[in-house]
Amino acid sequence: MNPPAISVHSLVKRYEDLTAVDGIQFSVPQGICLGLLGPNGAGKTTTIEILEGLLDRDAGTVEILGKNWSSHGDWLRERIGVQLQDTRFPEKLTVTEILRLFRSLYKKGRDPEEVLGVVGLEEKRDTRTIKLSGGQQQRLALGCALINQPDILFLDEPTTGLDPQARRRVWDVVEQFKAGGGTVLLTTHYMDEAERLSDQLVIMDHGKIIAEGTPEEIIGSLNAENIIAFALEDGGAPSLELETIPGVLTVRSGDVIELVVSKTNQALPTLLDRIRKQELEVADLRLHRPTLEDVFVSLTGRNLRES
Amino acid sequence: MSQIKELTRSRFLLFIREPEAMFWVFLFPVVLALVLSFAFQNRGVNEANVGYVEGQLSTEWVQALEADSLIHLIAFEDTVLAARKLRSGAVAVMVSGENPNLHLNYDPTRPESEIAQMRITNRLQAQEGRQDVVLTETTETTEHGSRYIDFLLPGLLGMNLMGTSIWGTGFPIVEMRQKKLLKRFLVTPMKKTSFLLAQILSRFGFLVAEVIVITAFGVFLLGVPFRGSIITFSILSFLGAISLAGIGLLVASRAKTIEGVSGIMNFVMMPMWLFSGVFFSYENFPEAFHPVFRLLPLTALNDGLRRLMLEGDGIQTMGLEISVLTVWAILSFVAALKIFRWK
Ligand SMILES: Nc1ncnc2c1ncn2[C@@H]1O[C@H](COP(=O)(O)OP(=O)(O)OP(=O)(O)O)[C@@H](O)[C@H]1O
Ligand SMILES: [Mg+2]
Repeated sequence: MNPPAISVHSLVKRYEDLTAVDGIQFSVPQGICLGLLGPNGAGKTTTIEILEGLLDRDAGTVEILGKNWSSHGDWLRERIGVQLQDTRFPEKLTVTEILRLFRSLYKKGRDPEEVLGVVGLEEKRDTRTIKLSGGQQQRLALGCALINQPDILFLDEPTTGLDPQARRRVWDVVEQFKAGGGTVLLTTHYMDEAERLSDQLVIMDHGKIIAEGTPEEIIGSLNAENIIAFALEDGGAPSLELETIPGVLTVRSGDVIELVVSKTNQALPTLLDRIRKQELEVADLRLHRPTLEDVFVSLTGRNLRES
Repeated sequence: MSQIKELTRSRFLLFIREPEAMFWVFLFPVVLALVLSFAFQNRGVNEANVGYVEGQLSTEWVQALEADSLIHLIAFEDTVLAARKLRSGAVAVMVSGENPNLHLNYDPTRPESEIAQMRITNRLQAQEGRQDVVLTETTETTEHGSRYIDFLLPGLLGMNLMGTSIWGTGFPIVEMRQKKLLKRFLVTPMKKTSFLLAQILSRFGFLVAEVIVITAFGVFLLGVPFRGSIITFSILSFLGAISLAGIGLLVASRAKTIEGVSGIMNFVMMPMWLFSGVFFSYENFPEAFHPVFRLLPLTALNDGLRRLMLEGDGIQTMGLEISVLTVWAILSFVAALKIFRWK
């Protein structure tokens, strides 16, 4: 039996009086992609950097491919590929020069030419990094992470700040790596990214794990069939007694009121009926399938993208 | 090995792609040497300004002093103005009196006043009939090796090696730290010693060019002598660059900002600009300090280069200089490796 690619037990990391990572545990079997999802400051970077051997932990255990950082540091570094949240490459070196440099740091690895193809930067091979777009720089960083043909790829917010097309190109590279049997640990605060790339998800907030499982399992844990979001012309809806509508699980008020419902066919007609009886005007009404975002909101009362 | 090679190569590429660096390495020392050698040309003894107040110096003596080619006699109408000119140094000596009473007013700590005073006395004593008793015969020599530029050039070469080594290693490291590139290297199996060594090695391509340009400029265009062996010269420059680049590593080993590292660099280089005999000899400072100055790497480099070029001294006489440079090179490298901050 292969050891899990990553296994983490009761991991704790403190900064002065702040506990950035607060006793989390999870395990990543080889060959899958685990997404670490959470808002700003949730502790994603702290966690991933401990797993990469960059940061020391205050308590708990970490094993990568069944090995410890303290006893197998060099062995592990040969086998992982890392993209940090905020590395910038020397401006005046070209794409090929940087890949060559990173290749030289490993005993084994791929030809920089081949990696250029993998990340789709053939046309930019002789371009200095300062002239690359954000998405191209991110793919170069991905190329550096792939140059040693790693077993595990660690990606810290690989697409933050990129436009949709650039994000998809990054995803393609990650999916290709997964298809080759690689293990991926990815942090993100985009739920679409998490849903698209991850087989397993861990949702973090304030250093703790608040939900985990496959995206379907996590969404299923809401027991919701749909989310009804509506707004009225005059704003609030105090007189509607939304909690008492059959099939409504939770109510989130705001400019737009959201109802998490388990039985749409009962909840929706009742809602409309009450609105009609009170002679209120509907400004907006939408129905959608629950998403990870909805899970996060119902767990924390906040949106993923606010901090 | 290929690790060091690639790390060195990329550092070197970054360096030659920096046009400003080219200026500081090549053009700056050459321009500085030109300006300084022009400013400090040996023009022989200057004509001295000698003042007198009208009516207070006898006509015979006025004529006698005006006849001296090295004295420029200036007449003043009143004593107050004359006194002011003397105080400000515009006039070297004030003269008054008539035979047999000569009165001279000057500041004995000013060399040109002292020289002018002796000339005036000799001139007037001879005029009034003093006979010389000793017959003097003089031979005049102006030989290369004794001019200011001859003294200056080896010092400039040393100073330039110090600047390019410390700046050239220090700044890029801090920049890489700021860009989190050092942190990125930390998750690769890169050997830390390879990285630091590469920072020093990448300097050598430049070192050779830099030393050749400055030395050739001095020797062929300014006529600075080169009396020692080229091999010893190469060894000295090489050791000098290693030890100073090591200091560059050390200086940059923890700093997080360019401003921070600049401050440390100035703090480290300032004493060497002053006490290592770049622009003037450290012999000007009290003798008790000389042994300390000789332990500075730039002093060792400058002393070695200067004795080699001007006096033709060989490597066997440079034990102290070579040891000082070697010890600095090793100590700074080891210390940098120990305290280096990668994140
Ligand atoms: N070096 C440090 N010193 C003190 N506090 C820190 C340090 N690094 C991180 N923190 C704090 O630890 C918490 C977790 O930070 P972390 O960078 O892990 O969050 P994150 O989930 O990666 O957030 P983001 O989405 O913004 O990248 C934050 O509150 C942060 O302020
Ligand atoms: Mg982060």
